Amino acid sequence: MQSLTNRAKPVDRRPMTFAEKLYLPAIAKGMGITLKHLFKKKATVNYPEETRPFSPVFRGLHILNRDEMGRERCTACGLCAVACPAEAITMEAAERLPGEEHLYREEKYAARYEINMLRCIFCGFCEEACPKQAVYMSETFAPANYQRKGFIYGKEDMLIPHPQKQIKENNQ
Amino acid sequence: MAEEKKLFKVKIDNITVEVEPGTTILNAARTIGGEVVPPAMCYYSKLQGSGGKCRTCLVKVTKGSEADPRPMPKLVASCRTTVMDGMEVANITSPEVLDARKGVVEFLLINHPLDCPVCDQAGECDLQDLSYEHGVSGTRYEFKRRTFEKEDIGEHIKLHMTRCILCYRCVFTADQLTNKRHHGILKRGDASEISTYMRASLDHTNFIGNVIDVCPVGALTDRTARFKNRVWFLKPVDAHRECSDPKCCGKVALWMRGDEIFRVTARKDKYGEVEGFICDTCRFEKKDIKDWIVEGPRKISRHSVITAGHYVGVHKPQETVMKVMDGRSPRLLMDIHSVSEVNMPQVDLSQIEGPAHSTDFPTKKGDQ
Repeated sequence: MQSLTNRAKPVDRRPMTFAEKLYLPAIAKGMGITLKHLFKKKATVNYPEETRPFSPVFRGLHILNRDEMGRERCTACGLCAVACPAEAITMEAAERLPGEEHLYREEKYAARYEINMLRCIFCGFCEEACPKQAVYMSETFAPANYQRKGFIYGKEDMLIPHPQKQIKENNQ
Repeated sequence: MAEEKKLFKVKIDNITVEVEPGTTILNAARTIGGEVVPPAMCYYSKLQGSGGKCRTCLVKVTKGSEADPRPMPKLVASCRTTVMDGMEVANITSPEVLDARKGVVEFLLINHPLDCPVCDQAGECDLQDLSYEHGVSGTRYEFKRRTFEKEDIGEHIKLHMTRCILCYRCVFTADQLTNKRHHGILKRGDASEISTYMRASLDHTNFIGNVIDVCPVGALTDRTARFKNRVWFLKPVDAHRECSDPKCCGKVALWMRGDEIFRVTARKDKYGEVEGFICDTCRFEKKDIKDWIVEGPRKISRHSVITAGHYVGVHKPQETVMKVMDGRSPRLLMDIHSVSEVNMPQVDLSQIEGPAHSTDFPTKKGDQ
């Protein structure tokens, strides 16, 4: 049979020589490789204490953005949900009441917005589809949990903190 | 003995068709169908006198008729121009027509706001389709757009005059379907607006809801379905009921999600025109599945966003757990309603009159 590569070697079935029968040179060679690796740079990191730097295009957990006045940008247009190949996003829209203009940017807003992180495949289509720059993917991933119910992310889990409220807290 | 009617031979984009005298070029093209049909924003075959306003159906007449073969000097509106014997028309084969159409779309979009994410018509909007197909992605308009206050005309209809393209379809509908129309065009030129004089309510006529269906844009929308759901999350279903109103055809499309009926509309054909007008009782008040006899899912063109997530030919596997476990049902590890706030069992969005507000959603612990 013709080999696929020219790296194939026939099995050597000759009886071992005296030097090979001693085994000691082979053991010394193997220990040498092991010792060499002790002084090499480690391939792993101690995860919870140390984290690997993410690339700038990493697609992690979603955040819901606010505008510069702290109003929610999402207008519940449903484009993220229709773009989502895993059907992880659900939402319910509501009309803004008079007096809620400081909370929501447009006359329609997402009263409920949920992403099921168990379904999400972090493809980033929602971020791409969003016409209002409301959904972004951050550089963290969903923390591990023993139960499934911790993975349904609602609006309060994803909305970024109010910019002006945070400034006040920092000043205090 | 009925005498043989003389048919006119017309050539539209090199396709010959024979039509009766008095047919418009647009209707002759519709007998061919397909790509040669010019788009129309204002013409509506079910409404007398409609057409000639939006200019999207412009075509080039390269040969006037057999008797007078000179071409027409300018592009003509195909919805208002009747055919002549031996006429030759160029629609998509003429770059001049496509260029003119691009200009018309730009004109229509001058004052049209870019609020498709908010608008309830998005996904089934004629102007959206038209500008996607013929328009340009950017705007060159630098001035202030004309804006109007949103208006409730009647209990069930919301008027967004800002989105209106002044096609006059709703005026013809109100004129021809209801016995007394209360809304029309006020003012003139670029200041003209659809409105009711002295904010009169439109609720006392039983067919005024049809203005929602004929509106090519989101200027007139259904308040009972306002902001409830996007059209592409709803499943259109053909249904009918025995309506007591003799003028109402009773054949509707229900827009459902699960067992909830979010919206009732008339059935629209491929040109966006209703197959039969329906009365307001059917449209606004019958939101219960028990009121309707469901015929089956509605066919939607696969190019439409409405088909997104509608899986056809789905074969659902049978539940086997009950059989294997001697009739015991499987233990649910997590009921989604215990965690999720969307689609709460105690909140029926489709039953709420008008759009939902923050007061309609119960707050959970930790909510602001």
